[in-house]
Amino acid sequence: MGNLKVNIGGGLVLDNPVMTASGTFGYGEEFADIIDLNRLGAIIVKGTTLNHREGNPYPRMAETPSGMLNAVGLQNKGVDYFVEHIYPRIKDYQCKIIVNVSGASIDDYVGVCEKLMPLERVDGIEVNISCPNVKQGGMAFGTTCEGAASVTKAVRKAYSNPMIVKLSPNVTDIASIAKAVEAEGADAVSLTNTFLGMAIDVEKQAPILSTITGGLSGPCIRPIAVRMVWQVAKAVQIPVIGLGGIMNGRDALEFMLAGATAVEVGTANFINPAVTVEIVDYINDYCQRHGIDDINTIIGKI
Amino acid sequence: MSKKHLMDFRVAEVDSFGNGYSLLKLSPIGEEMPLIMGGQFVNIQVNKSKNTFLRRPISVNFVDYEQQLLWLLVKDAGEGTHALCQAEVGETLNLLLPLGRGFSVPAQKADSILLIGGGVGTAPMLYWGKILKDNGYNPRFLLGGRKESDLLELDEFRQIGEVFVSTEDGSAGEQGFVTVHSVMQSKIDKMYCCGPAPMMKAIAKIAAQKECECEVSLENKMACGLGACLCCVEDSKEGNVCVCTSGPVFNTKELKWEI
Repeated sequence: MGNLKVNIGGGLVLDNPVMTASGTFGYGEEFADIIDLNRLGAIIVKGTTLNHREGNPYPRMAETPSGMLNAVGLQNKGVDYFVEHIYPRIKDYQCKIIVNVSGASIDDYVGVCEKLMPLERVDGIEVNISCPNVKQGGMAFGTTCEGAASVTKAVRKAYSNPMIVKLSPNVTDIASIAKAVEAEGADAVSLTNTFLGMAIDVEKQAPILSTITGGLSGPCIRPIAVRMVWQVAKAVQIPVIGLGGIMNGRDALEFMLAGATAVEVGTANFINPAVTVEIVDYINDYCQRHGIDDINTIIGKI
Repeated sequence: MSKKHLMDFRVAEVDSFGNGYSLLKLSPIGEEMPLIMGGQFVNIQVNKSKNTFLRRPISVNFVDYEQQLLWLLVKDAGEGTHALCQAEVGETLNLLLPLGRGFSVPAQKADSILLIGGGVGTAPMLYWGKILKDNGYNPRFLLGGRKESDLLELDEFRQIGEVFVSTEDGSAGEQGFVTVHSVMQSKIDKMYCCGPAPMMKAIAKIAAQKECECEVSLENKMACGLGACLCCVEDSKEGNVCVCTSGPVFNTKELKWEI
């Protein structure tokens, strides 16, 4: 069996490159009946904010060709609830645990990170500057180099463990944003978050989502995400984590060949809750078929 | 909470009712039928429908443990459910099950219980009625539809308990919505209801007036069925909760419906 270990920056080494995308896998517990969570490279848990958030009103989801729009709006019970109630339940997972962090202001991000910093089993954070479904903060920080840099700089000061910054694809030049967060000390970048989209019920002549617009995910965005990963990987020195419509092992390898050190699997968890471990198996099998001793040798081959 | 399974089932039988409804009878492949509670549902992967990306949540209509058959009553309500209605005997379907929180038993066996179903919402009432009967309760059913051909599985319901019927066009039973059926005037201690949202809200209102317990089964659009995507939320007294895990069955007192 070839080596599947990858280093996603800041000294964070995963047993394999397969992670779960935030907001698509809950806290892992939801899938524990179906798969062995310890076989994953890492679980990236649901976006966590300083305070409790109710999220957006229903309807929050629209099925689209080869994908879906969501407008959940970062519903979560806040970082204190995470620390007190959820962390004790998940801290014994053998796989790495990464917490996705969101905020409406820089102080919010810093506040969450300060509360996560003492948690021994939180191996790193993913800073979400790319949520399209919240009115304040979120994507607003991720669409300019200055905004992205300012959040990264402040979080870097508050959080010394591995820090991934999750980038928005809703920009003209994603590579320049990646370079801006790299310059402020990000250990890795992950891309892409969802693409801003919209769907209309023509019979009712009304938007399907309560928020009118939402984030598009699923295989319909994959070729764009692969292109962006390829561009960013050429522009930065830090590891790039690829995501966007990965449905199987082949898709995961496509991102790695484009330059991703690891991948996140998101929407596919809704279609096949066992997909993540199937991807690990596929990558193992792929290495055998291609005589690959170390998965790191295929990263960015294109 | 019962353990969830991701399992393949073989389509053993398809009964097409010819009015947009199909009853699929599925047998598990290589595994035993898991234990399923009344009111729970399955999330089913749709084959042969190129525009259907997500699974479809379908109520459990009946479980025949002896024959190892899971009954799903499917209404053709769009491309995904249309493809499910067209399933062929021998075809393999992938199911995630059992999901959600089902119905809860009434406080006392002597209680007068009414199970109310509208359209495809009658589906979970058959299995729940059977469970109630097997546990010594005496369930009665009130089934409603637009017209006579919308009323399905009447023989199966009659084997379990007394059946009352209403149709909007008067072609069977009393004319009008289930809410105006004469049985609603009788003494009722507990109601269970599944159907279109306006019907469930009207029933919830009657239950509140009668000071009778009422459980409803919601059908919010969902993706994962596991409480991960947070798409199917209902505004409850505890805030937004997932219908797939906190429901699909709710006591109407838990909801923020204006009743």
